[in-house]
Amino acid sequence: MASNPLLSRRAFVGAGLAAAAAFGALPAAALSVDEARALIDKVVADINGVINSGKSEAQMMPSFEKLFARYADVPTIARSALGVAARSASNAQMKAFTKAFQHYISHKYGRRFREFIGGKIEVKDARPLKSYYEVISTAYLKGEAPFEVRWHVGDKSGKNLFFNIIIEGVNMLASERTEIGAMLDKRKGNIDALIADLNAT
Amino acid sequence: MRPGLVAVLLLAGCAGAPASQGIHDPLESFNRAVHASNKTSDRLLVRPASQAYGAVVPEPLRQGVSNLADVLALPGDIANGLLQGNVEEAGTNLVRLAVNLTFGLGGVIDFADAAGIPEHKTDFGETLAVWGVGEGPYLELPVLGPSTARDAVGSVVDLALNPLNGVLEGDDRIAAAAAGVLSRLNDRYRYSATVDSILYDSADSYAQARLLYLQNRRFALGQSGGGAAEGATDDSFIDPYEDPYGQ
Repeated sequence: MASNPLLSRRAFVGAGLAAAAAFGALPAAALSVDEARALIDKVVADINGVINSGKSEAQMMPSFEKLFARYADVPTIARSALGVAARSASNAQMKAFTKAFQHYISHKYGRRFREFIGGKIEVKDARPLKSYYEVISTAYLKGEAPFEVRWHVGDKSGKNLFFNIIIEGVNMLASERTEIGAMLDKRKGNIDALIADLNAT
Repeated sequence: MRPGLVAVLLLAGCAGAPASQGIHDPLESFNRAVHASNKTSDRLLVRPASQAYGAVVPEPLRQGVSNLADVLALPGDIANGLLQGNVEEAGTNLVRLAVNLTFGLGGVIDFADAAGIPEHKTDFGETLAVWGVGEGPYLELPVLGPSTARDAVGSVVDLALNPLNGVLEGDDRIAAAAAGVLSRLNDRYRYSATVDSILYDSADSYAQARLLYLQNRRFALGQSGGGAAEGATDDSFIDPYEDPYGQ
């Protein structure tokens, strides 16, 4: 039935994992499908390592933030989440916002990592997608039906990095655009206030 | 049954293209009012009830009730599978039903899952999508939560035409309904951290729930990110390099 209070149960897990999803970078060259896959293999191995490390949730958070910083194109994701407001922001504001966004997104998802302990993610397939690559993986969590996690990987930043994660159709970039946009509206468009609040999360 | 069919015909009459994109929410102010009241009932009733259910009833028992609810949904899944022309999934669900009723203590143990027989959950909203009915406007329904015009009609038809309606009577029918409600409470308990973060930590929980529902529902109906080569043109692809500000 499609009539859960909000979403299917897998979407909930997915939304949580999307959060978890951020991790990884390799030295650049012209990106091939094999390299895109290798990048996500590495990301996934690192994630699996963290969620099964026996660390506490609080100890896991810095590990996840590091993964996100290393393997994801954080400046591009942050700018996209900020949307049109990014055009009028100063360079200093964008730098501060990117840093705050990285903190916010890794903590937001870090808080739910408890749910992934004992689970694992496996890369299944990779294919070209426009001028990028899509790597398809499956997440196996305890007591859940396996679900699909897709990674969009590109090298337009100069490095091979992922820029979006899609879990059972739920898209991290789209979700964060909605969320950051709503946060900015609540602060009447004041980016500095937004940065301060993201740092406080 | 009749009001449902009339609504289906009406809906079919004004249907757009089946593959929907973006957010079509002309009833937003009405939907936001429903969302506010759903949140209030979650805070005052559903969430506390789910916490109590999770704390008092041991996990294996809760899982058993949820398994029973899943088995009770199978006749409807089978009927919808057949209406969609998906004989294979309908057949798998029929095998599941037979196996769990025979070896699973009447449905309390999910023996079929252990035996590797997959479950294909479906509903009349999906049947309508297969028939080419468009998604229609986004709707947030009281109690049921996020939906679309098409899925709302589907929910009504599923309730009205459930094959078990003619089989279960009296106490059995109440018990079946109770299993369904408890199964939902169990989901609310198990995914409490995620649901709470969407409902209570989002800057705009209405917009966040709407986006998550539409994306996940379209994915489940195979309209986006389904692994096909045309995935490149689907709704789920965002290019933050070509379109850095998401315009």
